[in-house]
Amino acid sequence: MDLKIKNVHIFDPLNGIDEVGTLLIEKGKVVKKSKSAHKQEIDGKGLHLFPGFVDVHSHFREPGDEDAETIETGSRAAVRGGYTTVCVMPNTEPPIDNEGVAGFIKEKSEEVGLCRVFPIGAVTKNRDGKELAEMAHLFRAGCVAFSDDGSCIENSSLMRNALEYSKLVNVPIIDHPEDMSLSRKGQMHEGVVSTELGFKGIPDISESAIVARDILLSKFTQGRLHLAHISTADSVKLIKDWKDDKITSEVTPHHLLLTDEEIRKFDSNKKMKPPLRTKYDVGVLQKAIKEGLIEIVASDHAPHPDYKKELEFAEAAFGVTGLETAFSALYTELVKKGKLTLDRLIKILSSAPAKVFNLPFGEIKEGAIADFTIIDLKSNWEVDPDNFASKAKNSPFLGRKFKGMVRYCIVNGKIVYNDGDFIK
Amino acid sequence: MDLNRKDLLGIQGLTKDEIGEILTTAEYMEEILKRPIKKAPTLRGITVANLFFEPSTRTLNSFVLAEKRLSADSINFSAASSSVLKGETLLDTAKNIQAMEVDIMVVRHSAPGTPHFLANRLKASVINAGDGCHEHPTQALLDIMTIKKNFSDFSNLKVAIIGDVKHSRVARSLILGLNKMKAKVTVCGPPTLLPLWLEPFGVKFEYSLEKTLPGKDILYILRIQKERQEESFLPSLREYIKDYAITYEKLKKFASKEVVIMHPGPINRGIEIESSIADSGYSLILNQVTSGVAVRMSILYLLSKRKTDGLKD
Repeated sequence: MDLKIKNVHIFDPLNGIDEVGTLLIEKGKVVKKSKSAHKQEIDGKGLHLFPGFVDVHSHFREPGDEDAETIETGSRAAVRGGYTTVCVMPNTEPPIDNEGVAGFIKEKSEEVGLCRVFPIGAVTKNRDGKELAEMAHLFRAGCVAFSDDGSCIENSSLMRNALEYSKLVNVPIIDHPEDMSLSRKGQMHEGVVSTELGFKGIPDISESAIVARDILLSKFTQGRLHLAHISTADSVKLIKDWKDDKITSEVTPHHLLLTDEEIRKFDSNKKMKPPLRTKYDVGVLQKAIKEGLIEIVASDHAPHPDYKKELEFAEAAFGVTGLETAFSALYTELVKKGKLTLDRLIKILSSAPAKVFNLPFGEIKEGAIADFTIIDLKSNWEVDPDNFASKAKNSPFLGRKFKGMVRYCIVNGKIVYNDGDFIK
Repeated sequence: MDLNRKDLLGIQGLTKDEIGEILTTAEYMEEILKRPIKKAPTLRGITVANLFFEPSTRTLNSFVLAEKRLSADSINFSAASSSVLKGETLLDTAKNIQAMEVDIMVVRHSAPGTPHFLANRLKASVINAGDGCHEHPTQALLDIMTIKKNFSDFSNLKVAIIGDVKHSRVARSLILGLNKMKAKVTVCGPPTLLPLWLEPFGVKFEYSLEKTLPGKDILYILRIQKERQEESFLPSLREYIKDYAITYEKLKKFASKEVVIMHPGPINRGIEIESSIADSGYSLILNQVTSGVAVRMSILYLLSKRKTDGLKD
């Protein structure tokens, strides 16, 4: 036996497990019994053990922008946040639009040896929205979905073809819903606050208009559509009216917890796409994850070096980090405040994303792959930029105090993270 | 009384008393401007940097004169390009200038919040000389000073702000200032040039100039940017002129006889304003410019007061 975790509160909403017990792991899998003595033991007294979190939307910036993040630092950030699996977006340089880059990411992440990293392939060659990338080749090279994230697939006919062609490999097309003609030069949500601050706005219709188009294209083609970072009440309404098993969506922790009021201090760590919306939108999004209408919380971890953020607001890059704060922020602000059950939070962080992306993770049972995160729900911590494992510091939650600290991360039965130490 | 703050970033956040203090001090300053020798030693030893990242003639000159009248040392730094294009970040530029022992920075920039961004990171005082479409507080203060000289009671004052309110920092600051002074404000312009969200400003809006003109004491006319046509906010300037230009004919027909015209400049003769009106008895446009120097002297003085007081001790 490789690892024994005793006295731990095992919590797996998918299999209805909610009890203190012992977990045995052998050859990377959960076992009932083992004949051999354990090599390692964790005393999990007072701690919760959850299925490892799965993030379907991160930017690790490698290759191309290693100043912002690398596969190594991104992986560290992931396991520090309790993530055992991360799917990385293809807007690298060069982009993940061919098997070579996809293979590089697989190899590099295995070399790093912390969390599992799966590449998401580009929908179009060079992500320029003109010609389909070689999706079947990319799939065979390990890509788990396709996206031109960072840019919307503006051409409706191309989006149609992408949804049709990807049926060949049965993985979702992830669209970044943003009508650029409506959002161009916008800096923040268009509304009362942008009007007061004098910023050109990014109206909510720039998202919901594309959500409507994409949903109708998915209905028409029967292709699998995954809508990235939903931020508006109207998008939720469209999803509610039209949802079927071909249509899935995600929301980020920051869109669930923060509003455009945050921009009043011109803090570029609150600048991202889609932008923080209104209190009303936040309420609708919270309800949507509670009801399961939006099935996934994704981090949209978008690291940037300080010199791309410590600028006048309009010049600062879009994007915020999220892997290290996602669980604790949502646990503190939603679960502890009675707005979401722990059951639901764990599902949207683990089994739900695993299911949508055809990944064999997200549950705890005999024979299951031993990817876990062990969290002390009682411990408090402050989001301090000096403690980030990510290379970047651009978190929208700097200075916030959260409950729930990741103590261990276990991938394939092996402890890869324990109290600040990364173990290869 | 002191202006107990390091920076002057916007009308937002200024109290009515602070506005009163700035204007009272500005009246003293205006007196200096009327002396045969228009100079006071008040800011001797104080260094001011004028950082203009957007072209400006009037505001820059007004600040420079205000600085000279009070005997401050000043330097001008102009750059049309954004920090990213320059290769040095804005903050680095500002920190370099601060390292030359500059006490006050006057900042104009096309991006909203830039003076606020610098103020939070610098020891020097920052004065907002216009940040994108956000605020232009010294303009609003000089406008209020000009109004104060012509009207005794703000609470009965009816002001119409006419034109491109959506893209105007002048309008934003002026509305905030007039609200604090309890004047009644209407904004008038074509729907594409008025913000969709006006509730936070507490103003009335009106698309029709004819309906706006009657009963107003002040018509505050905004400059119309020719680019608005290319950006499809307007079908043509010709159509704008027909519906929104202030002309003698429209004034005679719809406005009160005592109405006055204000404009932040530079004016586009024959576009938002009929040429002869700008030079007529209706116009307070040049009075605004004179008030501008006095208001800027007042602000420079009040912000550096703690420092100069400290030197005396």
